[in-house]
Amino acid sequence: MTIETSYLLLSVFIAAAAGLVGCFALMKKMTLASDAFSHIALPGLGIAILLKINPLIGGAAALMIGGLLVWLIENRTRISSEAVIGVIFSASLAVGSLITPREDLIEALFGGLQAINPLEFVIAALISLAIIAFILKNKERLVVSLISRDLAATSGISTERLNFYFLLFFSLTIILGLRYSGVLLMGSLIIVPAAAAKYLSRSLKGMLATSTVISVVSTISGLLLASKFNLTAGPIIVIIAAAAFFAGLVLKPKD
Amino acid sequence: MPDILEVKNLSVAFGQIKILSHLSFSVKEASTLAVIGPNGAGKTLLFRALIGAERHSGEVVWKPGIKIGYIPQKLDLERDLPVTALELLMAKAAIVKLGAKHVDESLKLVDLPIKDARQPIGNLSGGQFQRALIAFALIGEPEVLLFDEPTAGVDAPGQEKIYELTNRLKKEKHLTVIIISHDLSLVYEYADEVLCLNREKICFGKPQEVLEPQALEKLYGSPHKYYIHNDHRN
Repeated sequence: MTIETSYLLLSVFIAAAAGLVGCFALMKKMTLASDAFSHIALPGLGIAILLKINPLIGGAAALMIGGLLVWLIENRTRISSEAVIGVIFSASLAVGSLITPREDLIEALFGGLQAINPLEFVIAALISLAIIAFILKNKERLVVSLISRDLAATSGISTERLNFYFLLFFSLTIILGLRYSGVLLMGSLIIVPAAAAKYLSRSLKGMLATSTVISVVSTISGLLLASKFNLTAGPIIVIIAAAAFFAGLVLKPKD
Repeated sequence: MPDILEVKNLSVAFGQIKILSHLSFSVKEASTLAVIGPNGAGKTLLFRALIGAERHSGEVVWKPGIKIGYIPQKLDLERDLPVTALELLMAKAAIVKLGAKHVDESLKLVDLPIKDARQPIGNLSGGQFQRALIAFALIGEPEVLLFDEPTAGVDAPGQEKIYELTNRLKKEKHLTVIIISHDLSLVYEYADEVLCLNREKICFGKPQEVLEPQALEKLYGSPHKYYIHNDHRN
């Protein structure tokens, strides 16, 4: 099995988006939530498979509805994102595993390396670039609002609106990742490089750069290894990123 | 001096429980108002209502076009957050569309050396972090500083320094300062007016006039020990 250049290029874009989004998801204490969040796509994938439409459309629709629900419940009740996402995630996983046909479940959970058509490439590349642009353009607002909502308010930032956009781009990142790593592993690609980068960095700039590099390098090397040894790419990518995390733990010089 | 803030009939409730009820007061431009009261009196909540971060009934009317610098009491931060104080200040400058020059100026104003500002915020001492937060508030040239309990988590000499710093900034920049404090001797020294708050207004006026033992007993629920320098009686 060989990898098309366009697929490799798209994977780099998606990995960079995941690395950047992951930094803020981690600092906003959405670590487990981001993993759980990706599972919200499952009932959508199941329904799409049953209706014989593109599973990604179903997954995207489920994530968008899930994201909106999380945002609404969080704003109306002051329950933390983590708790709200936890409840919606469990319900989604239960519904999703009931309605997704058994033979399609494994592929939905772990993804697979498939050929992409030019239109899909263009759309996915544009979405990844939009995610990267959103994070880079709003990193100042995001960091101030995660440090204090009140400091954000007096700096002219609406944290509520910013959180909405963040959840939107966060969901888009997961939808993109579903294409190659599946429901179970996309959350990991968002968390693991960011967690390694947070441990290794002393500044926001350093964390964003380190996380992006770990995410992109694990993705490229994972895809190449999977192709050479005929393995599933998603798990390999996550294992390489996790290895980078443990290497960082061992190798980081003490302060 | 004209009023910079007028608060009319302000109430804040969480469900059925009223935390602040029917507060009315005004603040003059370039003056210092101290807000005092026991724990749970609603002081921080009042500040959050003043900056528009808390739903409330009644009116909070700032002079039009006023910029507010807010210094929160404490922030619930992870120690290992990889964000430097300098990055936080640069972020504020970028948000209010000002250059790095304003960050340097605000660091100078609060006497925070650049090498300290380059540390991750979790590595800063209580006093250094508070200076960084004051610098954050000063970027964007606010006319008003809202200062929540400037002495929490700072040792006694550090507290005095922060009061001196606030007073100096007030004079240099003609700022209006609204400050929450527990230290009555410092309130006597620095405040033009004082608002005693315990979910409602207990007293309001010049510290020398309103901070009588009876008012303090009503405010804190027990006879309150305080120390007044003789020179402040005059």
